[in-house]
Amino acid sequence: MSEDHGHDHAEIGPEDEHPGLQWDVSLSERAKRSLAMHELLIEKGVVTNEEVETASNNLRRRTPADGAKVVAKAWVDPEFKQRLLDDARAAVYELGYSLAHDAELSVVENTEDVHHVVVCTLCSCYPSSLLGPPPDWYKSFAYRQRTVIEPRSVMREFGLELSQDIQVRVVDSSADQRYLVLPERPAGTDGLTEEQLADLVTRDSMIGVTNPLSPEGAPIS
Amino acid sequence: MPGVHDRGGWPTDEMIDRSDHIWTDWEYKTHALVGALRFRELMNTDELRRGIEAIPSEDYEASSYYERWSRSLETILTEKGVLSTEEIDTKVKELEGRWESDS
Amino acid sequence: MNTKFSPGQVVRVRPDAHDGHHRTPWFIKGKMGRIHSVAGEFFNPESRAYGGDGLPKQPLYAVEFEQRDVWATEYRGPDSDTLVVDIYEHWLVKAN
Repeated sequence: MSEDHGHDHAEIGPEDEHPGLQWDVSLSERAKRSLAMHELLIEKGVVTNEEVETASNNLRRRTPADGAKVVAKAWVDPEFKQRLLDDARAAVYELGYSLAHDAELSVVENTEDVHHVVVCTLCSCYPSSLLGPPPDWYKSFAYRQRTVIEPRSVMREFGLELSQDIQVRVVDSSADQRYLVLPERPAGTDGLTEEQLADLVTRDSMIGVTNPLSPEGAPIS
Repeated sequence: MPGVHDRGGWPTDEMIDRSDHIWTDWEYKTHALVGALRFRELMNTDELRRGIEAIPSEDYEASSYYERWSRSLETILTEKGVLSTEEIDTKVKELEGRWESDS
Repeated sequence: MNTKFSPGQVVRVRPDAHDGHHRTPWFIKGKMGRIHSVAGEFFNPESRAYGGDGLPKQPLYAVEFEQRDVWATEYRGPDSDTLVVDIYEHWLVKAN
């Protein structure tokens, strides 16, 4: 599951909800039962409509652009980077981000010698407090099954071919920690501002399946 | 034998499908309901996961992500007596009737 | 926080099958790894998943395994590749 459930999530679908949408398409039995539970729980006052709305908005609150800001800040500010690696919760709080209360965040740094890639084999644990909800592929059986045993071929599918000299560290976020990859700052970016740097930080590079973009906007392989 | 959710390293030739689906209203609502119930401390992540893991293998594999959440949500809520299966059945019929007359 | 293990220490993951909800992936059960770091302490999901209070809280460790030890010859990368899994203290024993 995209754990950080219900907290600090981001935009993921149609901005406006079409009230008609739910019966325009033929709903599965399961979908109908969800909508029934939704209406029953509000009718019975178990939860309020407002609470559900708040949770729904939280779900759309963050996007990978938020994680990218954190990474760019770490690239330009070595002291911030150290704090981020030592105590990610406190460091991202400095930038105005709060984490879901029941999961910690760990930031793992890619260097010229070590490359991290994150997976959750048991469900779909993901740093949603910073990146928003995970992409569908992150929750797929193929990604969950393959990444722990053949990370290099998974990354190759994403266009990243790593030399055998680079150590690949797969991180299976199996419990109460979410992992964010701090990618290596691309070469040739000395003159860029923090904002320009953030544009090079893709979602996939913070999961670790790719590197960030080059200053020309091309994926670095 | 590992549980159906405990999938790391299971052999597969499948490529990774990188397309994203468009979220539908009921998926948002399912996720948000779990969020609201967590806020009220009526349900926690561990219970949600346990409910998902209890889905029989064939169903687990055939279900979409939020179908699994929805099924777990129903398991946990009925188990705690917050809702009953019959109540949900009745409400589904009511909704179907309403959608019928609206369309 | 009282922890039984500290970074650098070699540990073994308990090989136990476990029917109920738990967060120890099958492929590292019985394997030897090294404590990389202590993540903090958290409610025990094995009790919280069934309406329990999750107490006492369990220390959680990031444990690093050599891919070669986990998958033997099935792993096709270099020997230096590793796998990090978060594991609760009660699933770990001291390796001799």
